[in-house]
Amino acid sequence: MVTKARNLYLIPYAMWIALFVIAPIVLIVYYSFFDVNGAFTFDNYAKFFTPVYLRMTFNSFWYALLITFFSLLVAYPTAYLLTRTKHKQLWLLLIILPSWINLLLKAYAFIGLFGTYGLTNAVLETLGIGTQQILFTDFSFVFVSVYIFIPFMVLPIYNALEELNPTLVYASRDLGASWWTTFRRVVFPLTLDGVKSGAQAVFIPALSLFMITRLIAGNRVITLGTAIEQHFLVTQDWGMGATIAVFLIIAMALIMLVTGNRR
Amino acid sequence: MRQLVQMFAAVFIVAFGLMYATSLLNSSQGYSGGNTLTIYNWGDYIDPDLLAEFEEESGVKVIYQTFDSNEAMMTKIEQGGTTFDISVPSEYAISKMKEENLLLPIDHSKLPNLKHIDERFMNLSFDPDNEYSVPYFWGTVGIVYNPDLLEGEAPTSWNDLWDPSLRNNILLVDGAREVIGFGLNSLRYSLNDTNEDHLQEAKRKLDALTPNVKAIVGDEIKMLLANEEAAVGVVWSGDASEIMTENEKLDYVVPEEGSNLWFDNMVIPKTARNIEGAYAFMNFMLEPEHAARNAEYVGYSTPNKEALALLPEDISGDTRFYPSPELTEKLEVYDNLGKKMLAHYNELFLEFKMHRK
Repeated sequence: MVTKARNLYLIPYAMWIALFVIAPIVLIVYYSFFDVNGAFTFDNYAKFFTPVYLRMTFNSFWYALLITFFSLLVAYPTAYLLTRTKHKQLWLLLIILPSWINLLLKAYAFIGLFGTYGLTNAVLETLGIGTQQILFTDFSFVFVSVYIFIPFMVLPIYNALEELNPTLVYASRDLGASWWTTFRRVVFPLTLDGVKSGAQAVFIPALSLFMITRLIAGNRVITLGTAIEQHFLVTQDWGMGATIAVFLIIAMALIMLVTGNRR
Repeated sequence: MRQLVQMFAAVFIVAFGLMYATSLLNSSQGYSGGNTLTIYNWGDYIDPDLLAEFEEESGVKVIYQTFDSNEAMMTKIEQGGTTFDISVPSEYAISKMKEENLLLPIDHSKLPNLKHIDERFMNLSFDPDNEYSVPYFWGTVGIVYNPDLLEGEAPTSWNDLWDPSLRNNILLVDGAREVIGFGLNSLRYSLNDTNEDHLQEAKRKLDALTPNVKAIVGDEIKMLLANEEAAVGVVWSGDASEIMTENEKLDYVVPEEGSNLWFDNMVIPKTARNIEGAYAFMNFMLEPEHAARNAEYVGYSTPNKEALALLPEDISGDTRFYPSPELTEKLEVYDNLGKKMLAHYNELFLEFKMHRK
């Protein structure tokens, strides 16, 4: 009787998974076998392996990698400092707060900040460096993306650091390890799981970024996400869009496998 | 078990409660059945005062919804669901919607004000005899430039964009047909060209433009150009007029090689419920006085020749927005190239975007 009731509780969950996870994936795979005119074809897959799309895939991975790397570079020390502060929850809230603001609004704010007559250039001008082109460059694209993804990197690392038993650090120091050795041999290995889930939470969405590629990078950076958007909304070549999505899903599954915890 | 039933019941109660509340709200605002008219138009593309006047005159409640691309609009109409009584697609979208049976034919006898429309804009290739559509606005694609930021002469042709002095100083609108189109135009080919050699030639020529292109952006282009982020931009004439109101230094030119002539026409989609209301609205907008006020507000070119006569001389005499007949002859309307060719245009555009400096 008890197991029966438990199985009943599983129904909403199973339905949710079936409707909102499995069905969409099946549909994507299904659509990827049709061309613009609705005829069955494998051409979309052949097309994916042409230089244009392979270079786009390479670009996507390269930028996602850069974004993840810089997010980690900023997020780890931040998370570490957070665990040392007095009002941890308040500081944490302040870091998460920007992620409550609509992405589009943030992107528009950066257009204003990075523009030729924006605040950043005004500061550069007063410093005597002179006006630089910031908007529509690789730099601005990576910078804004890192800014957007940082909370997703900070949180898991913060949690991992919180769980770290401080006595291990004391022991390491007592036994004569330098600060750097302690970090490298004790703290970092023990928080590696947090780093991994942070990297997942940043790398995977970064792979399929769009919108920012247009607003901040002025379409000078073309990722797979941009191509999907264009195929679905402009070309209405749903087949090709779906095919790219299939490769993204495969890529994401592989990343999960590689960075996942083997326990 | 009881908990489960309660959970389901709660969900149902919330759902039905919301549905009831919606219908209650709608009827309290007069949004029910026959006396509403749902208009699906581009954003900021009508004088809101005219909507209010129409509501007063006809007693019909207007629900105004907006879209930002023909494709998004067509998708929504194809899906059904919402009953749109009037929509304003561009010409190539009209021929596409016609093919897909998404439009209702228009009875000209119900539109006495149709006679005010200039002959030039009637009976065009995308809709012979205006069987399905009535002209709303028209315009061109051209170059907006900021004389203060230019090193050389003001541009007069598409080929001026390739001038080395414009390095990293051009903004392009994010449209495959517009960009490939001016690439073709700069080589004196038709912007409806489907010859593969010509298209590849245009693509190679556009690749050579890359060092001059600062960014390829959407609607932000208006804000960016008005803020003097770049010296030159390739935009639709309507956007140009908006930009020039924001920043009076800027100027607009239709390149001499010719360019695109586009139309946005009013149609009755097959989702329409209030067809009488739709006719009343179209007739209202075709009234010269209303069309003139709308053209003054929106800044696009009106196809209504009586309305043109009512507009102040500085608008109607402006050859940038009402080009001379010689130039008008060189302008081309986009043909519906078919899904396959359109996909090819987009593919070329994507390759152009990926071409790095």
